[in-house]
Amino acid sequence: MLWPYLYALPAVVAMAFAFGFPLVQVVRDSFYAGDFTRSPIWVGLDNYKGVVSDPEFRQSLLNNMKLLLSVPIMLGLGLAIALVLNDRIRGMRQYQAIVFLPYVLPATAIGIAFSFLLQGNGVLNTALRKIHLGAIAQDWLGNSHLAIVSVGGLVIWQQLGFGVVVFTAALLALPPETAEAARIDGANWWQLQLRVLVPQIRPIIELLTVIQVITVLSWVFNYVYVLTTGGPGYSSSVMELYIWRSFSQGANGTAASIAVMLFGMASVLIGLSLWVRRRAEAA
Amino acid sequence: MRTTSSGKLVGLLARHGFLVIICLSALYPLWFIASTALKSNAAYQLDPTGFPIHPTLGALRSIVADQPLPRWMWNSFFVTVSSVAASTLIALLAAYAAVFGRFYGHRVFLSTGVALMVVPPVTLLVPMFVFMVNTGFVNHLQSVILFYTGLLVPFAIFFLSNFFRTVPLELMEAASSEGAGPFTILRRIVMPLSGAATVTLVVVQAIWVWNELLIALVFLQNESARTLMAGLTQFQGRFATNEPLVLAGALISIAPVVLLYLSGQRFFVRGLTAGIGK
Repeated sequence: MLWPYLYALPAVVAMAFAFGFPLVQVVRDSFYAGDFTRSPIWVGLDNYKGVVSDPEFRQSLLNNMKLLLSVPIMLGLGLAIALVLNDRIRGMRQYQAIVFLPYVLPATAIGIAFSFLLQGNGVLNTALRKIHLGAIAQDWLGNSHLAIVSVGGLVIWQQLGFGVVVFTAALLALPPETAEAARIDGANWWQLQLRVLVPQIRPIIELLTVIQVITVLSWVFNYVYVLTTGGPGYSSSVMELYIWRSFSQGANGTAASIAVMLFGMASVLIGLSLWVRRRAEAA
Repeated sequence: MRTTSSGKLVGLLARHGFLVIICLSALYPLWFIASTALKSNAAYQLDPTGFPIHPTLGALRSIVADQPLPRWMWNSFFVTVSSVAASTLIALLAAYAAVFGRFYGHRVFLSTGVALMVVPPVTLLVPMFVFMVNTGFVNHLQSVILFYTGLLVPFAIFFLSNFFRTVPLELMEAASSEGAGPFTILRRIVMPLSGAATVTLVVVQAIWVWNELLIALVFLQNESARTLMAGLTQFQGRFATNEPLVLAGALISIAPVVLLYLSGQRFFVRGLTAGIGK
């Protein structure tokens, strides 16, 4: 049978073009300097050495690590919402539809709105001052410690609904007998949730954790770009933004070397996700 | 008895209260965008959070009439339709071949796809950009269409092959024993059964392409080739002191997504969470 090979061929070509070729090429590129449209110069490991000793890169990496803190918040809150919805609460579908809505919206448009809400004389601070809470008002985007926290807030706001929907679906798919048995044994609401329901969807929680960790490490460019562009200075920069910045300045080799490091981190997580996924599917 | 029923009422109220607060915080930024887009700049500066008492279409009109917004929308639309159509077609053939043709290595093929689904596009950016410069595609829509198509293929194959596994094999075997070729079976039996799944897949991919920023920003740098999202970031800098104008642009970019969402929310939820689960 020849036809399956013929039918799969366009997909193989497409994936080789979009993934295979650039993944091999980016490793090569990371050993060269220049913008690669003219003849590149071999520099060995200099790009890596330069990047690792650059405080801007360290800050970017640190910020990605800080953003990791948003994962337990968005998943914990998402799980709490899903558990409440799982009580077959009235209006469940409507609640779920609203909570999921932010996830589908363009991060660019939403990020711009958040930038107006959060800037020094923005809507949030004006409102706080109006209700005599001016003391809490902060320069959410202009303060070099707070800017990345604001980015994290936006990430949580947009990603929350994803966890809610995934967890709700997992909870609804559970056989009702176990929960029923626990109820007959006199378990109260909290015991039922934490001892009976949550452990049963643990594989899904693990898988979603890995996926969201990959998200905050390598898919947050959009949020940072529109909210702070890495500022003030480079205090809220992330690895993706550093890649983009080096690259816009024609330092393609530098950008490639960070891309390789980022891909290294992502591969570990991708491997982990495949493993966790197999467990989730077996469960 | 009485205490338990009032206790239940409190519990119920607490739950609804919690959910209502979550929903309000999910909706507020949208309300902020929509209400600001309907204000004049003067009205906004005076009272940014207030209700638009004198709503005006001025901001929306001027952003459509005086700015390249219609062009950017067209670009986004064209890029979305082309790359989603191409990737869906490519994935349809491949998933069909992998599930029903079971070619040598189909398992490796499918799990490679699953792994590629989560490869961050930013790591592929530099070589792709150099490639687009060398081919002269940079600043032309085909640059992003080609790249998006390739990026979408792994998820599309994953999604469709999961769906195809639920299609009963007997149907195909029967058709095949009557002498129908693989393409006829795909067109006459598999595709009619995959209607809803394909719609879901198309919607999910379309949202992804429509919302994408990084690649569009890098590959399309001249004014007339920008996509809507890349264009919006231009507005943000250009009209920093005219929030209603910028948010009018944001509203226009959000509107198609929200309309699509309202018309087929189930498709969205099922499709966007398909990367998880089975």
